[in-house]
Amino acid sequence: MSDSASPRPAGTDGAMAIDVRGLTKRFGKKVAVNGIDIAVPQGQVWGFLGPNGSGKTTTIRMLCGLLNADAGEGTCLGLDFRTQSESIKRETGYMTQKFSFWEDLSIRENLDFVASVYSLPKRRQLVDQTLEKLGLEHRRHQLAGELSGGWKQRLALAACTLHSPRLLLLDEPTAGVDPKARRDFWNEIHTLSADGITVLVSTHYMDEAERCDRIVFISVGNIVARGTVPEIIAASGLITFTVEGEGARALAERLRGLPGIEFVAFFGALLHVSGYDRALLEKALAPYRGDPKLKISETTPSLEDVFIQLQQNNGGGNA
Amino acid sequence: MNAVVEHIFSVRRVLAMLGKEFIQMRRDRLTLGMLIGIPLMQLFLFGYAINMVPRHLATVVSISDPGPFADSIVAAFSNSSFFDVVHATNSPDEARQWLAEGKASFVVEIPANFSRDLVRGAAPELLVETDATDPAAGSYAIGAVPTLITTALRDDMVGPLHARATAPPPVNVVIHNLYNPENITQYNIVPGLLGVILTMTMVMATSIALTRERERGTYENLLAMPTRPVEIMIGKITPNIFVGAFQCALILAVARFVFHVPMIGSLWLLAAAATIYIMALLAVGYTISTIASNQMQAMQMTFFFFLPSIMLSGFIFPFRGMPAWAQWIGEAMPITHFLRIVRGILLKNNGPHEIWPDVWPMILFLFAAGFIAVRRFRRTLD
Repeated sequence: MSDSASPRPAGTDGAMAIDVRGLTKRFGKKVAVNGIDIAVPQGQVWGFLGPNGSGKTTTIRMLCGLLNADAGEGTCLGLDFRTQSESIKRETGYMTQKFSFWEDLSIRENLDFVASVYSLPKRRQLVDQTLEKLGLEHRRHQLAGELSGGWKQRLALAACTLHSPRLLLLDEPTAGVDPKARRDFWNEIHTLSADGITVLVSTHYMDEAERCDRIVFISVGNIVARGTVPEIIAASGLITFTVEGEGARALAERLRGLPGIEFVAFFGALLHVSGYDRALLEKALAPYRGDPKLKISETTPSLEDVFIQLQQNNGGGNA
Repeated sequence: MNAVVEHIFSVRRVLAMLGKEFIQMRRDRLTLGMLIGIPLMQLFLFGYAINMVPRHLATVVSISDPGPFADSIVAAFSNSSFFDVVHATNSPDEARQWLAEGKASFVVEIPANFSRDLVRGAAPELLVETDATDPAAGSYAIGAVPTLITTALRDDMVGPLHARATAPPPVNVVIHNLYNPENITQYNIVPGLLGVILTMTMVMATSIALTRERERGTYENLLAMPTRPVEIMIGKITPNIFVGAFQCALILAVARFVFHVPMIGSLWLLAAAATIYIMALLAVGYTISTIASNQMQAMQMTFFFFLPSIMLSGFIFPFRGMPAWAQWIGEAMPITHFLRIVRGILLKNNGPHEIWPDVWPMILFLFAAGFIAVRRFRRTLD
C-alpha cells in the first residue's frame, strides 16, 4: 500500500472514490463510451450493468489507466485519472473479465510476484496469510492454470486485493462461476466494502445487481438509468403482469406484438407481460382472463424486466 | 448406401472445411504477406545479390620498388574485374593492417629490387596475400593472378627482355593464405554459425515475450499493476542474455574441440562483443513482440529478419561478391559485423582496435532497436 493512503470510514464523509464527467472513448468511428458521468462515494458497492458491448469494460479500463480517454475529466481516489494513472494503479485493484494471472506459475508464485511488483512489506508472511485465508495452503505449489473456474476467480480476487487497494474494479468477475462460488465471492465483496473499499463491479446477473448499493445501467455507451434497484424499477414506469399455468407458453407467441405490450419474457414457469399502458395491457390479456387453467395477476416488475426494457428502448443489441 | 458413404466421407463437409480455411487464410493478412514476400525476397536475393564468382574484391598494393614494372602490375590488377585496387602504399605493414581489419581481401606486394631481378631474369617473387578466413571468396581471383601478371609484363618485356617474357614465367607468384593457410572451410563456417544460431534463437525467444502475455490475457494485468515499460523490458530480456551466453560457450567449445577451429585471439574480447551482439538481437526480438499480435506472427517476423541475415551477411556467400546495394543492406545488419568480429578475433588475433570499426555499428543498431522497442511499447491497451 502506498504511504499516502489511509483507509477512510465507509462513505461517511461524502468523498468520492470515482468522480468522472464526460468520459468518452472512440474506437475509430465507433463511439464506445459516449460522455458518461459516474460518481461513486467511498465505501459503496456499485453495480455496472449493460448488454455485451455497451462500454462497461471500456469504462473500467479508462478508470484504471489501461485505455486513454478521448475526452472527459475527473478523479479516481482524488487523483486525476488522465494524468495520474500510475498513482491510481497503486491503490486500485483491477480484476479482468478473463483470468489474467499466470497459468504457468504456481498459486504461490503468482501471489509472490504481485506482492513484489507492489513492493509490499513482509512479503513472505503476507503471501502465507493470503494462502491460508483462501484455504489454498496445501495447494500452493499447484499451477494456477490447473485450478477450476471458481478457484481461479478466488485467487484473482485475492491477488488483486493483496496490496490493500482503496478502489476495486471488477469486470464481470463471476462469469462462468457456480452459484455457491458466486455467493462466497459476494460475501467477500461485502466484507471488503465494510472495510471501506469502494467497489465498481460489472455483471449480467440480476441477483448480484440487487446486492449493490447503487446501479448504473449503460447501453451503447450512454448511461440510461442509475440509482437503487427500487428507484430504477419505479423510474421505468413499467407495468408487469404474470401469467402462469398450462398453456402459458403458447400464450407468449400470441401476446407478443399486440398493441401496448412492450415485451413478453419467461421467468422460470412464469410469463412476464410488460408494458406502459395499463388499459392496453388489460385489453390484451382480457380474452384469457376466463381461462381456468391460467392465473393472471399483476406484479412488481423485476430488475430483469427493467433491464430488458432498457436494452430494447436504447437499441443495445448483443454486439 | 448413399447415407452410409455420407456417414464416412462427405464432400459437403470437406467443402465446408475448405470454405472456412480459405476465409481464415484471407483474414490473416500477415501470413499471406509472408507467403508472397518470402519467395520474392529469396528470388531477388539469390537472383541478384548472390554471386558465386565474386569480383571487384578490394585489393591493396604495397610497392617497395616503384617503377614501370610496378605500374604495369598495378594497372593489370586495376583492369581485372576480379580486383579493385583501393589503396597503394609503400609499407607492407600498413597493407597487412587493411587485411586484418577486413577492409581488403588481397595485398599485392612488390618487393624491393623487383625490377632489377626481373631484368636479370632471376624470377623475383611477387607476394599475393589473401584473407583466407573465407576461403571460397578469393579462390577464383587467385586463380587469375599468374596469367594476369604474365600478360601485364609482356608489353614491358620488349627488346632484349623479350625472350624472358613468357616461358618460364618471369615472376614467381607466391600466394599466402593468411589466417587459414590450409583453406579449411570449417574455419569460416563454424565461427559464422555462432552469429547465425544466435540470430535465430535470440530473436525468436524475445519475439514472443509480450506477444505471449497478450495472447494469454496476462498483459492487461501486467499493465494494471505498477510495472514500468523499461522494467518489463529488462525483465524479459535479461534471462535471454544468459541463454545467449550459454549458447556462445557451447558453440565455441564444439568449434574448438570437435572442429579444431583455431582461437588465437582474446576470448574475453569475443565475449564482450558477443554480449553487445546478443543485446542488439534481443532488442530486435522485443520490437517484434511489441508489434506481433500472436506468436505465429512473431515467428514469421523473426524469419523475415533471419533470412537476409544469413544471405547478405557473408555467412553463406562471399560478402564482397555481392552488388553494392546488397552490401549496404548487409552492413546495416548486426550479424555482418559480428561475423567479421568473430573471424577477426578467432583467426586473425584482432584486438580492440581492429574490431572497433565493426563494434560501433552494432552498438548503434542496439540503441536504434532499443529506442524503437521502447517507443513501440504501449502502456495502454489502445
